[in-house]
Amino acid sequence: MTEMVVEASMALALGAKLCRPKVCPMYPITPSTHIPEKISEFIFNGEMDTEMIHVESEHSAMAAMIGAAATGVRTYTATASQGLALMFELLPVMSGNRLPGVMSVANRTLSAPISIWNDHSDSISARDQGWIQLYAESTQEAIDTTIQLYKICENHAVLLPGMICIDGFTLSHVCERAVVPEQGEVDKFLPEYEPKVKLDTKKPVSIGPIAFPNSFMEFKKQQQDAMEKALPLIGKVHDEYAKKFGRKYGNGLLEKYRMEGAEYALTAMGTAAGTAKVAVDEMRREGTKVGLIKIRAYRPFPSMEIRRAAKNLKGLCVIDRHISLGYEGPVFTDIRSALYESGIKTSHFIAGLGGRDITAEKLKKAVNETIEGKDGGWLL
Amino acid sequence: MAKKLEFNLGAVIHEPGSTKKNKTGGWRSMRPVLDKEKCIKCGQCWAYCPDMAVKKNRKGEFEIDYDYCKGCGICANECPVKAIKMELEKK
Repeated sequence: MTEMVVEASMALALGAKLCRPKVCPMYPITPSTHIPEKISEFIFNGEMDTEMIHVESEHSAMAAMIGAAATGVRTYTATASQGLALMFELLPVMSGNRLPGVMSVANRTLSAPISIWNDHSDSISARDQGWIQLYAESTQEAIDTTIQLYKICENHAVLLPGMICIDGFTLSHVCERAVVPEQGEVDKFLPEYEPKVKLDTKKPVSIGPIAFPNSFMEFKKQQQDAMEKALPLIGKVHDEYAKKFGRKYGNGLLEKYRMEGAEYALTAMGTAAGTAKVAVDEMRREGTKVGLIKIRAYRPFPSMEIRRAAKNLKGLCVIDRHISLGYEGPVFTDIRSALYESGIKTSHFIAGLGGRDITAEKLKKAVNETIEGKDGGWLL
Repeated sequence: MAKKLEFNLGAVIHEPGSTKKNKTGGWRSMRPVLDKEKCIKCGQCWAYCPDMAVKKNRKGEFEIDYDYCKGCGICANECPVKAIKMELEKK
């Protein structure tokens, strides 16, 4: 165990290194660039036994990741924003072929107007493509979640790829204290990947064939079943990790903060959850009974856990860092569906788009408006 | 189509020859009918068929494999002696 002050991008690279991926096809894009830089450095220094493929685009990075994963090895890549958008065509190919692998996303908004700053529009736009999505609040959580995510994705009941999402700049470029686990301990927690099927000249198989209308739906249902199995597994792997390494994040799916006796609560994903904890502390001091439900797993979505966590609330104030243009914030849509007919009043705020700060003051304002019975709006 | 469908994880195919097992002739709406009397055995239909659905038998005659022919009509179009007619597939 090494305690250090580390930038979150480097922490993700350190986390990935501990998982010993055999192939890393990577293409740098702000704000994820420090990740491939660090991986390259590890390889150059002989600290990491990995094949780094220098690809010509993110589309090629994902294509190479699929090819490498099909040979039965552990794979890793990182991207953000337009890079993730360029990968989009291949995201459902990796998940549909049931190939596990982990990608770090340093969340950045999508153009236009061009912006390098944070919101969740890149990963949430890729939400429906069969990838597990976990969102981390801190540098420490980014390392820990990376290690957990490999174990979840590679479970033979799951066999899906996964994204570990961190807020670009707001987390990716922030230096924090973090504990880096020992290699030997990680090796015990995460043994070598055992593929169920792989490309092997001694036992040939075809991966990625056509499915006719008489079979396509069954394959999609298998993916949905795998997602449903992944949901409790995220919690189980989290608990196992917590027992071994001594760090926990709620139940792995959600983290409840000061929810005891809470009448109102905020929900947030990523770094906004950290700010929300400050807002909650301040409001509790002022006598407002408010708590936080931090969403860690976004796909699969822990709807029953949210329903249970929100059970005794009068109102729930949902913070979305993305908007589904023409409707509303996507997290709000999911939460309102999870709380259907529960009688809990929900409010809905769009915040932090394109790097706009989500401050504790803004979150307190959102909670106060929720208490007043307002429906929400934009936290500009 | 194979009689019993298997849903291997990720649609992975474990046995070779699946393209042969998966009969695609059912996609056809027009059926090429070869008149062996008119046929001069030039092999143009065999050469042009995009799906290798024209076969040559031991006697050197050409035959259409209706298990895989999709009825595109290229053979009928290329035939220099108009020995292939396209007929509506009646099912």
